[in-house]
Amino acid sequence: MNDQNKSAVAEPQDRAPVTKKDLTADHPTWCPGCGDFSVLAFYYKLLTKRQVPHENVTTVAGIGCSSRFPYFVQAHGAHFIHGRALAFASGVSLSRPDLHVFVFGGDGDAFSIGGNHLNHTARRNIKMTYVIMDNYVYGLTKKQTSPTSPIGFKSKTDTWGAKDRPINPMKQLISSGATFVARTTHTNPNHLMAMMEAAMDHDGFSVIECLSECVEFYPGAFDKSNPRKGGEFHEVPADHDVTDEFAAYRLAAEPFPGYFGIFYKVNEPTKNKNEADIIKASSAKFVGRKPAEILQQSFNRMK
Amino acid sequence: MSEQTVSASGEPGSRPGRSISEIVIRIAGNSQDGIQSIGGFLARLAGRSEQEVMTFMTIPSTISGGPSVFQVRIGSGEVLSAGDEADVLLAFYQHSYEGHIAHLREGGIVLYDSDHVTVNEEWAGRFSHVGVAISSLTIEAIGGTAKDKGKNIFALGLLAKVFGLDTNKLLKLMDERFGGKGEGVLQNALNAYHAGYAYEVGDLLETFHFLDSTRRDKDQVVCSGNESLAYGLIAAGVRFGAGYPITPWSDIMELLRRELPKYGGMFIQCEDEIASVSMAIGASYSGGVAVTGSSGPGISLKSEAIGWAVMAEIPLVICNIQRGGPSTGLPTSVEQSDLNIACFGGHGDSPRVVLAPRDVEDCFYTAMEAVRIARQYSVPVFILSDQAIATRIEAFAEPDLSALCEEIGPDFTPVPTHRPYDLSPEDGVSPHVPPGTRILDGKYPVVTGLEHDEMGHPSGAPKMHMAMTAKRRRKLQKLASELPLPEIQGPDSGDVLLVGWGSTWGPVSEAVNVAATRDSSFTVSAVNMRHLNPMPEKLGDLFDRFQNIYVVETNDGGIYGYGQLCMILRARFCNPKIQGINKTDGLTFKVREILDAVSDRMALAITA
Repeated sequence: MNDQNKSAVAEPQDRAPVTKKDLTADHPTWCPGCGDFSVLAFYYKLLTKRQVPHENVTTVAGIGCSSRFPYFVQAHGAHFIHGRALAFASGVSLSRPDLHVFVFGGDGDAFSIGGNHLNHTARRNIKMTYVIMDNYVYGLTKKQTSPTSPIGFKSKTDTWGAKDRPINPMKQLISSGATFVARTTHTNPNHLMAMMEAAMDHDGFSVIECLSECVEFYPGAFDKSNPRKGGEFHEVPADHDVTDEFAAYRLAAEPFPGYFGIFYKVNEPTKNKNEADIIKASSAKFVGRKPAEILQQSFNRMK
Repeated sequence: MSEQTVSASGEPGSRPGRSISEIVIRIAGNSQDGIQSIGGFLARLAGRSEQEVMTFMTIPSTISGGPSVFQVRIGSGEVLSAGDEADVLLAFYQHSYEGHIAHLREGGIVLYDSDHVTVNEEWAGRFSHVGVAISSLTIEAIGGTAKDKGKNIFALGLLAKVFGLDTNKLLKLMDERFGGKGEGVLQNALNAYHAGYAYEVGDLLETFHFLDSTRRDKDQVVCSGNESLAYGLIAAGVRFGAGYPITPWSDIMELLRRELPKYGGMFIQCEDEIASVSMAIGASYSGGVAVTGSSGPGISLKSEAIGWAVMAEIPLVICNIQRGGPSTGLPTSVEQSDLNIACFGGHGDSPRVVLAPRDVEDCFYTAMEAVRIARQYSVPVFILSDQAIATRIEAFAEPDLSALCEEIGPDFTPVPTHRPYDLSPEDGVSPHVPPGTRILDGKYPVVTGLEHDEMGHPSGAPKMHMAMTAKRRRKLQKLASELPLPEIQGPDSGDVLLVGWGSTWGPVSEAVNVAATRDSSFTVSAVNMRHLNPMPEKLGDLFDRFQNIYVVETNDGGIYGYGQLCMILRARFCNPKIQGINKTDGLTFKVREILDAVSDRMALAITA
């Protein structure tokens, strides 16, 4: 660490509120019209609305168009390897409860190369918010079939139309054990913002599937969910019980465009809390002891 | 067995039996018989008696059943290897007897369970055979029908009697081991021990006693290499780890999972190898130095993420407890065939640090050094241990923990400005600033696997990639310039220099000692290399002082005839005198194997 610089600097006492300007970094590399712009805009809005201390926001991503996210946010960030952003973010979240950890990625990261990490991060209930920007196609590599591409979708790897059945993201997320599962779309800003706020407030692993159109390689993919394009936007029914797993599956089984909103939300102990409890119990005998003294006890047993 | 004096037994004031300075005992049975447990008791007893001790064990990779062996060498002087040949074979079964007699020296003692072993007449004249009905006498002593439970402790009593071991210390060790498991368990163990101790071996076998140790003045601790390594990590300030089970690495994760919470830390068992390295990197990014680890196959899986840590310049410690490979290979045997993957196992130019501990004690200090380097240079550091060091037990001088222990408190003091990949320092070192640190100019860093500019933003500019590649390399060159040269054992110039690394060091070092006692036409010296990548800058000067350099490695000579370290040394120094001594039998080198290989090579070299 830069000790010389540090000792010379006193932290300013007055902090101006964090503005969108403060949070804006590189201009996004996304194509004009890409759905990911909405998610970025509402991330800025979320952070300015909540006024999280600037340095305590950590933005993590894997690989893909959407995973370029951290470069566009002026905050501590990490652009990790393909599919492993959740594992990386778990290390951040578990070791640093003071940070707000947000992970952004696409359907390839979430459901294909990183599928197993999604399951295990969810079942451990590690505190973070994960936004899956689902465009039903591999965009960064220029139009290959993705795990969410519908049957019949013509890509460079399925020129005759995709044959493999796509993943149902909502079913997958509910069964993974995630304690907050929501679905939204980039074309409905108020809904997107509401979902992001609810996810941020959730004490546990909160995950949002946000339909985010790839205008270059799968234009019109989500028109049926957009009233402005003649589609229908159905919110999760008001009487839906978000703690009812089977009801959530029933919502998830609806054919496209399906429902939008919070499908499932329960409170379970987070791994952050469980580990903190283990530390508390294990270290109770050693309160006030230096590490060398604790270690000495172990060495005494080896004599 | 080394004899030094023969004292007349029964003389007033003297202990009965023949005096010995060291003994090699090989215990062979099945894995569920508690073979490791007798070995462990003997090793810890030796440690508490200020004796040197070295063990060697094999465990089958099955859960229960299968032959198992534990060899323990206890000495009043320096013990560097587990011993080429055993003085005593304790055989529980016919297969243990037949399978291990070849490891017994001519004239050695076979102590066998006469309930299970029938003596081979051919061997009766060559070795002293002593049969004891260990199984039935144990059942008699502790009752019950529990199949063969406790016969290991009976045998321990027997050995204690034969070798005049300190019964009070052994009983205390048993109390520590079994005391917590309930009254009955301890009582059974004590009954079995006393029955073994009381057994009249006197008529069948002479007894021995150890000479007093001459060389120890400090307290000794006794533990395995994996324990030593794990405690070294804790001493160095590691408070986060993540891993996935694989033999022989798992002991380390189990220990850290249990111990780290005492220090406010945690160890996470992950869903796979990739998640564990990724999680550890995430924790390191957050301000500490985290550890992950594995053995062979798991390291392959971690490679991509390790490359990211090189690119993003995040500190990380990776333990690789090597075993036989490739693929699933020999999960419970030793091999040093992961040096290449440790040094070069990543796509792209991805310089990383590789260290190897040479024995159990060195595991502790190597772990501490690995953490220090990772932190100082913001770089991934491999600790390349191996199955032989990981599982064997040694006694060593207790480290001065209060002087050695470090604490890595992340520093979140605000900084005026920060460039995560600052190109201005000549040595390329640009320390990591963790999230949570306020950066007053409002420009926050992104750590990334994409080639980047000084702020961490993507840049594929040719000049930038050249500058950043050089930066990552210069850090290691700087480290190389600071590394000490390895100490030479034996003459500091001469005919033969043996180069050892990892678990080959013990037998290499002992080979030098043995060679010194022989009348030979050539001199033999040795160095151990802890710093494998980068190497100490001036190593070549050291090599120049020797006529023949033999790199002793437990790996294959490969397509071109040179083992993995040998190949790197040849490439580095272009010195044709560097040759290899290799083997791939999954066992540690015997001293004799090294000396024989040197003699053969020297004979060839002289005739040529």
